[in-house]
Amino acid sequence: MTSLTLPRPGAAHRAAFGQIVLNEARLTWRRPVGLVGGVAIPVTLLVIFGNVGKFQQHSASLGGLTAFALYVPILMVFALAMLALLGLPIPLASYRELGVLRRLSTTPVPRSWMLIAQGLVQLGVAATAIAVMIIVAMAVFGSPAPQSPAGVMVAVALSAAGLFPIGLLIAAIARTANAASVIGRLVFFPMMFFAGLWLPRALMPGVLLTISNYTPLGAAVEAIQNSMLQGFPPTAPLLVLAGYALVFGFLARRFFRWE
Amino acid sequence: MGVPAVDIAHLRKTYGTLVAVDDVSFSVAEGEIFGILGPNGAGKTTTVECAIGLRSPDSGTIRLHGLDPRADAREVHEVVGAQLQASAFPAKLRVGEILEEYRSFYRAPADIGELIEALGLAGKRHDYYKSLSGGQRQRLSLALALIGRPRIAVLDEMTTGLDPQARRDAWELIEGVRARGVTIVLVTHFMEEAERLCDRVALIDNGRVAALDSPARLAAQARGGKTVRFLPSAPFDDRLLRELPEVATVEHEGQHIVVTGTGELVSAVILALAAAGVTVRDVQLDSSSLEDAFVRLTGRHALKEGASA
Repeated sequence: MTSLTLPRPGAAHRAAFGQIVLNEARLTWRRPVGLVGGVAIPVTLLVIFGNVGKFQQHSASLGGLTAFALYVPILMVFALAMLALLGLPIPLASYRELGVLRRLSTTPVPRSWMLIAQGLVQLGVAATAIAVMIIVAMAVFGSPAPQSPAGVMVAVALSAAGLFPIGLLIAAIARTANAASVIGRLVFFPMMFFAGLWLPRALMPGVLLTISNYTPLGAAVEAIQNSMLQGFPPTAPLLVLAGYALVFGFLARRFFRWE
Repeated sequence: MGVPAVDIAHLRKTYGTLVAVDDVSFSVAEGEIFGILGPNGAGKTTTVECAIGLRSPDSGTIRLHGLDPRADAREVHEVVGAQLQASAFPAKLRVGEILEEYRSFYRAPADIGELIEALGLAGKRHDYYKSLSGGQRQRLSLALALIGRPRIAVLDEMTTGLDPQARRDAWELIEGVRARGVTIVLVTHFMEEAERLCDRVALIDNGRVAALDSPARLAAQARGGKTVRFLPSAPFDDRLLRELPEVATVEHEGQHIVVTGTGELVSAVILALAAAGVTVRDVQLDSSSLEDAFVRLTGRHALKEGASA
């Protein structure tokens, strides 16, 4: 009387992944902190910078470029970093705190799907923010179209690949959502300095620029800026980003705790 | 009878130097409601956490319908629905959204409408999780344990936090689920719940099975012991009763005194108090019970209904 029909592994679970993504998307929409930091703030800054007359003047000290042209990629990286370093780890840490991940461990669905779903949703928000910024820069402020659209995609994809594992590591070491938020901020602001938010990389002295080249956000800005203004990005920043992806991917995997 | 629904043999689990489960063995037949009782820290929760694959035991074997919860985790999770203690959900998900997500995890899930109707949550389907009361959250957690139409439901403190009416509703639901052939493993603090629902009960104490039988037979084994509860006319020194050979324990419950012991307990108590000029009223002789067995076997009192865990 106890004939057990084994469920076929991997069967009929695509719908389950879709449901997880759907609920994570709903939550992202309903607690709009991530949308404010990852979309509203960088887009607003873009509009403000676009309206500052000085930012639209070509400057010899910036290599003949306008400050606005330099800031577009910086703000794109701002959005990516916000979502990777704060948008991703805060909900994940809170899910560990609430027991959501533990509860998921008792279902047939792999608990790692929650991490992947959350990553996809944040990536979707980042892609939207970046697309909006490119469109606004072109349509409202007359920026030229990206020199290498494929280069932009590769640079953004590798930037995300380098940054999201850092966010996962924050989620791994933070015991609570509050801790994740504090650590995320502590990582975000110094890293944004090297992205050139306060001092564009074109104006950085040699040592600072070298350091910036090896930071994830410095490399991301270099790769994206190149593909926006010149052509397919050079190999060096892409390699730096791939390196971060590998190292932090390994660390996040190694240290992530489910409960 | 074929393979038991749950078969646990010599389970042992330690956390560092703390022995959470020392040596626990029991089998649960298909369609049985099996209770796990014991004082706090006895190893009840660790036992069921091992059984559903959340923790790996140090030694011993666990089989659920012949499956190993660690090696065959996916298959086990398909047939076992779990309700865990201290598990919450994001504040801004709606009840229906949580249920739909969990429903999608299983191959042959239950109907959400029927389930929340049975659990009295139908009116809450569109409410945010954060707006639910403690009892409503508990009922949602129970719904999620049952949504995959499991063959085994493992319920850890299912009715803790529920008011008496909601608790009775949950009992009826569990009996209905069992009527469909589902095996139920119930960790509980409440004697009344175990007596009402369980076919058999394992009393776990200090990481071991102290007793395992039907609630009625466990109570009968403890019948050597009696409990008398009364209201004294005046305060008196407990030693007056403790010194009696018939008396085992003396406790105060508000104005009432509760005395346990053996033999001609009632007359011994009344005579001793009368000799000291104290009369008694509102005398209740309690021969219920699983509670007695629990106290006798563990030396501790289980929680009364309504007390919090």
